[in-house]
Amino acid sequence: MKTLLVISGLALGLAGAAFANNLLINGAGATFPFPIYSKWFSEYNKLHPDVQINYQSIGSGGGIKQIIERTVDFGASDAPMTEEELKKAPGVVHIPTVMGAVVVVYNLPGVGSLRLSPETLANVFLGKVQNWSDAAIAKDNPGAKLPDSAIAVVHRSDGSGTTAVFTDYLAKVSPEWKSGPGAGKSVNWPVGLGGKGNEGVTGTVKQTEGGIGYVELAYANQNKLLMVDLKNHDGQWVKASLDSVSAAAAKAEIPADYRVSITDAPGKEAYPISAFTYLLVYKDQADPAKGQALIHFLWWAIHDGQKMASALDYAPLPGPLVKKVEATLQSITVQGKAVLANRK
Amino acid sequence: MQTASEIVTAAREPERAPESAPARVNVPDRVWSGGLLLLGLAVLVVAAIIVAELVHIGGPAILHTGVVAFVRNSVWDVTRDVFGALPFIYGTLVTSAVALVLALPVSVGLALFLTEMAPPSVRSIVSFPISLLAGIPSVVYGLWGLFVLVPLLRRPVEPLLAKTLGFLPLFQGPPIGLGYLAAGIVLAIMILPTITSIAIEVLQTVPGTLREGALALGATRWEAIRVSVLPYARAGIVGATMLGLGRALGETMAVTMVIGNSPTIRASLFSPGYSLPAVIANEFAEASGDLHTGALAALALLLFAVTVVLNIAARLLVRMSRRGPTRVAA
Repeated sequence: MKTLLVISGLALGLAGAAFANNLLINGAGATFPFPIYSKWFSEYNKLHPDVQINYQSIGSGGGIKQIIERTVDFGASDAPMTEEELKKAPGVVHIPTVMGAVVVVYNLPGVGSLRLSPETLANVFLGKVQNWSDAAIAKDNPGAKLPDSAIAVVHRSDGSGTTAVFTDYLAKVSPEWKSGPGAGKSVNWPVGLGGKGNEGVTGTVKQTEGGIGYVELAYANQNKLLMVDLKNHDGQWVKASLDSVSAAAAKAEIPADYRVSITDAPGKEAYPISAFTYLLVYKDQADPAKGQALIHFLWWAIHDGQKMASALDYAPLPGPLVKKVEATLQSITVQGKAVLANRK
Repeated sequence: MQTASEIVTAAREPERAPESAPARVNVPDRVWSGGLLLLGLAVLVVAAIIVAELVHIGGPAILHTGVVAFVRNSVWDVTRDVFGALPFIYGTLVTSAVALVLALPVSVGLALFLTEMAPPSVRSIVSFPISLLAGIPSVVYGLWGLFVLVPLLRRPVEPLLAKTLGFLPLFQGPPIGLGYLAAGIVLAIMILPTITSIAIEVLQTVPGTLREGALALGATRWEAIRVSVLPYARAGIVGATMLGLGRALGETMAVTMVIGNSPTIRASLFSPGYSLPAVIANEFAEASGDLHTGALAALALLLFAVTVVLNIAARLLVRMSRRGPTRVAA
């Protein structure tokens, strides 16, 4: 009995000591980058066993709400915060971490590759082009044998950053889309079925002959879905790939706060439906220990962390942008004092 | 919400004599009853807090749209702050109705078979998978619906229905698979165990003498069930049905995976629709802005109201049908 007590006492003491040394940083937000973030957090924990980062993938909206209320040490979002939201949380900076893309997937037996121009794509999702044999689609795909079958549009039913990026692109390329459904995390779709999550959209497209929908690039790659080639801002047909997504950020004009949509970005190789995903942190960190650790982690993420991105189907940030983010990270302070000022 | 045991006791003791309260009251008794009263009131308090909170969050959105417009409009356009809940109310009611129409005859038939006809050994074998059915998580039902039921509906079930019953507006339109019918069938399977197991309990409370009396008067087995067993158990069966309906109304995950999630109102059961719980689950996590969150809270309030109204209707129905046996006896 006595030995048992001693042992359990020792165990408790050890656990207590472990807790005392461990720094627990809490974050919450977007689901889309969750796979890469959890990889980063576990790898970073291996390098720095004293720093533990806990991340709840509750969705971008939740991430923004929680960073505004300061219930987490950092937030994460696929869409940049709006002016209204920033007013509630002055001093929040956006740190782009990786890039993702939204791809258009389809199910047409016998049609191995498909091209859609921006106008045609918008018209399909507006319900104006309703058949695969429509002249507009034939014009984009000279020589292709297109079946005379109805187009079944599938979209996300849950509010999502994926929808926000996709509708943002459609609103940019089609005035009619802009004045009609518009851009947002949930819009009033003129046609189509709603599937819950990437898996819901994929399931419905796969089951429905003539189906067309949109999912995240990572999801389409892992599930080997057929993707539509799109015409970019420079008039080139591009396939969605990690390189073409990174290319979208290379030529785009990016403001100092990174709050920008890079859909329909210029550049020959740029894939038109690309987007950043962000971590949201306060420019002046209140907690000295946590703030320091968080800033060092972010520095690691935009350098060493980028190498892990492509294995998980995220596009790394292009080099010039990393330089820019470095400067932003150097400007983050802990209780007014700079942390990374001299780091190169 | 009625509990299963409440329904069963109600059926077991249809005319309970009021017992006169004991005159002797001492302090521990008082404390005990006071404590119980508090616990009982706690349920009401929790319900009141929920309503108050929903009104608090949803109030601005309802005021923005107007109460009547919110319930009657059928456009749901978040980007333009236009909120109309009618498609969701319609979808909720239609899928629940389809589920009841499909599940009720099967459940009652199954319960009758197990209590009246089947030997006891069969009863235990059959009732085990029924209770197992009740334990399956709803997301599993949803996945099964999406990957097994929906393709089956698309071909051959819906084209067949269109060919045979296509003259009804209920069975017209393209066979997509996803829609009210798929959601209704999944719900029917989900509420089947609820209704069946309570109906079994209710039927077991029917006194054997009633049955024997009918048989002694020369009734066939079917007539005995119809004349003596079913009227006696009617109140309990109605209660069981309402319990199933309650589950169907509030079911979220399974429905959202197969209903098609399109906020439209169409007569055809083949067309995609939307339901109140589904839209809340879909949009709440990423709701941006107080108005959108508020509108979703208002939808929750609406679902609460629909449930309350249907429960009151159920109580009335149970009370009315409880008078049934006496009338038959008279």
